[in-house]
Amino acid sequence: MENSLFYLFSALTVGSALAVVLHKNTVNAAVCLLLSLLGVAGIFALLDALLLSVLLILVYAGAVVALFLFIVMLLKPQTEPKKAYKKASVVAGTMGAALLGLGLCSFVTRGQFSTAPAAEVFHAGLKDYGAMLFTTYLLPVQVVGFLLLIAMLGVIVLSKKFEGQEDAK
Amino acid sequence: MNVGLNEYLILSALLFAVGFLGVLVRKNTLVIYMCLELMLVASTIALVAFSRFNGTLDGNVFVFFILTVAAAEVAVGLAIIVALFRKRGTVQVEELNALKN
Repeated sequence: MENSLFYLFSALTVGSALAVVLHKNTVNAAVCLLLSLLGVAGIFALLDALLLSVLLILVYAGAVVALFLFIVMLLKPQTEPKKAYKKASVVAGTMGAALLGLGLCSFVTRGQFSTAPAAEVFHAGLKDYGAMLFTTYLLPVQVVGFLLLIAMLGVIVLSKKFEGQEDAK
Repeated sequence: MNVGLNEYLILSALLFAVGFLGVLVRKNTLVIYMCLELMLVASTIALVAFSRFNGTLDGNVFVFFILTVAAAEVAVGLAIIVALFRKRGTVQVEELNALKN
C-alpha cells in the first residue's frame, strides 16, 4: 500500500514537473506546478511529516501559485514568442540536467547510506515542533521573522511607482 | 521491496534535475522562477527523508524555515519581475540584454 502510494505520488510529482518545463502556456505551467506540489505534499505525508504537508499546500498552493497566476495575468500575454525553446539550448540544457541527475543518483546509490528501515514511531506532532522551535531554534525563528519583514518592505518599495519614472511603452 | 531512504533521495534528485532543465531551457522569466521553486522543493524532500530515516525532527524544522524563506523569496522575485516588465516591457530573458556590448 505504502509502496504503491509512493510510486503514484512520485509519478505525479515528476510528471507534472516535466509538464511545467515543457508547457508553452504560462498559466498551464503554473497549474502543473500546483499539481507537482500536491504530489510532494503526498510524499511528505508518507514520510510522517503531516504538518509540513499541510503547510506546503497552504503556503505553495495558497500563496505562491496564486501569486504566480496573478502576475501571469498582470503581464501581457502577447509577449510570448513563437518558439518557446531554441534547439542548441535544448540539447545543452538536457545534457546538463541529465548529467546533474545522473550524478546525484549515483551519489545516492553508491554512497554509504544506511539501508535500515525507519523507526516505527516518529513523533512529529505540533507539540514537538513547538518545543524545537522555541528552544533549539529560537534564534533562527527570530531571524526568519525579521527576513519576512524585510521582504515585505522590499516588495512595497519595488512595486511602488516613483515620480518621474516613466514606464516602457 | 519496501520503499527506503534511497528511493526518496532518487526522487529528490530527479525532481531537482527536472527543475534544473527548466531553468536552463526556458526563456520566460516566470517559468524559470517556477522551476527554481521546483528545485527548492526537491531539496526539501531529501531533508524530510533524511529526518524521517534518522528519527530526529531537525530536518523537518529546517524544511519549515525553507518554506518561510521561499515564500519571502517568491514575493520579492515576482515584484522584481513586475518592475522589470514595467521598465522594459518584456519578461523574455533573451530580450533583457542591457548588459550586452
